[in-house]
Amino acid sequence: MKLRQIELSTTPSAEDIASLRLGDVVYLNGLVYTAREGVYMRALEQRANIPLELPAESAANFHCSPAATIRKDGSFDLGAVTATASFRFAKWLPEWMAKTGAKLIIGKGGMSSKDYKSYFVPNGAVYLSTVGYGTGALLGRGVENVEAVHWHEELGIAQAMWVIRCSRMGPFLVASDLNGECLFERENAKIAGNLERLYAGTKPATLKRFGETDDRTDEVIG
Amino acid sequence: MISIDLIEATAKELMAKAAIEIPDDYLDGLKQAASTEDGDLSSYVLQAMLENYEAAKQDRRAMCGDTGTPRWYVKMGNGTMIEGGPIALEAALRRATAQSTYELPLRPNRVHPLWRTDHNNNIGIGAPEIEYGYEPGGEWIDLITVHKGGLFGTDYRMLFPSDGIEGIKRFYLDCLVAFGKRGLACQPAIIGIGIGGCKDTCMVLGKRAACLRIVGSRNSDPKIASLEDELKELGNSIGMGAMGFVGKNMVIDANIEVGYCHTGGMQMSVHAFCLSSRRAVARVFPDGRVEYRTDPEWFTDYQRRETVEWEPMLEAAE
Ligand code: SF4
Repeated sequence: MKLRQIELSTTPSAEDIASLRLGDVVYLNGLVYTAREGVYMRALEQRANIPLELPAESAANFHCSPAATIRKDGSFDLGAVTATASFRFAKWLPEWMAKTGAKLIIGKGGMSSKDYKSYFVPNGAVYLSTVGYGTGALLGRGVENVEAVHWHEELGIAQAMWVIRCSRMGPFLVASDLNGECLFERENAKIAGNLERLYAGTKPATLKRFGETDDRTDEVIG
Repeated sequence: MISIDLIEATAKELMAKAAIEIPDDYLDGLKQAASTEDGDLSSYVLQAMLENYEAAKQDRRAMCGDTGTPRWYVKMGNGTMIEGGPIALEAALRRATAQSTYELPLRPNRVHPLWRTDHNNNIGIGAPEIEYGYEPGGEWIDLITVHKGGLFGTDYRMLFPSDGIEGIKRFYLDCLVAFGKRGLACQPAIIGIGIGGCKDTCMVLGKRAACLRIVGSRNSDPKIASLEDELKELGNSIGMGAMGFVGKNMVIDANIEVGYCHTGGMQMSVHAFCLSSRRAVARVFPDGRVEYRTDPEWFTDYQRRETVEWEPMLEAAE
């Protein structure tokens, strides 16, 4: 089956988002900004003013740190762009979305369907996953310009807020929809059926430490 | 005597090669995987990856935005002399790492574990790691850089002799399923497995098996080699492919390295090198020659020796 390919604005309309289906391939046009733990903590916990007009300028939050340099003259050299795993940011995202109107959360690995149902869907937002995930060079080609880098002195290059103008940046895969369905959970469920057969006859960890078992009473060294 | 400037210049070249050019053995393995993959999502992902490697080479940009944690493996012959000695060598490797981070650019990934201080150059306490090996004979130095990525593709379990091969398979599957869900470890990958040693050496063996052996290489012990085949096959029958989507390809190759361990135990570690299997190698000679290659050729008979003395003459005669 061929996957559907879609071009999407980084300030998408409600209809644009409603039309996305799990597994669609998306290319983005417009401004995206990077924000991960450093930015979330600074904006939400230390209440620093966000240096961008959100969501008017962009509703696309990329969980990413680019491979980039700030040159001595203050200009930027940005090569490859790759997402970082998003599940770690679940504690800040509900407040972040409410505050910034983010509609596209872009990253690696997605979130749980519980996250999608409890705060993505009510905010009309979906999750886009990078592909691979190592397609940094392809994504780098979609960078038209670095418009600004905020907070790099406070947070360092990797955690700074990079504002990137992109033109057909992609590919991304739609990993959640407005019903709160999760692409990865759907795939995991299909694979799980096979595991029992494969595990047959193998020998579980002798020590059964918590983690190797999920039942504390099972631990050999209690 | 090997010139220190030549070492530094070569090291910088290696940093760029590792970040930008996917090694041929892994690329061929991935193409092979892509030709057999029939899951619609996972085969789309593999095609995108193949395009990505091309884009990286054409544009001379890093293949992945997460450029991993650069480290060095250095191997020397018994007769190798370096201008300025080992301290100058380490300084040259640190300078090359810092300058390449700025110039390529690489992502300045390395930060202080507690204070999160970032020098923006991938240099800090213990970073980059520099590990050493030696070979009998020779006056050359091999410089090997590996930029392994991934927070999610490593694990360790203490097994016991009675767990046997079935215990090994179980931990291997536990690892691959855990690493592979949602594709967090960026499979399909070269999987390195360390068996034996002590806990720390077991981790080192597994990591080196993943990063310093190429696709298609086999352990010199024929029974371990056939276990490698078996584990590759097992990993690819999970039904999981790239990004954790339904598919046939998790493992591009499975490499096992062993070390003698405590009589009561059977330590095991599993390491996934990711879709950006970044390694680059050069041999520098005292006469100024530099030969680049992608096979680290780390695990020689000498590295795997079992005896008290090393008697190359005897070996040669056999
Ligand atoms: S694990 Fe994935 S994201 Fe990280 S360096 Fe490797 S390919 Fe890139």
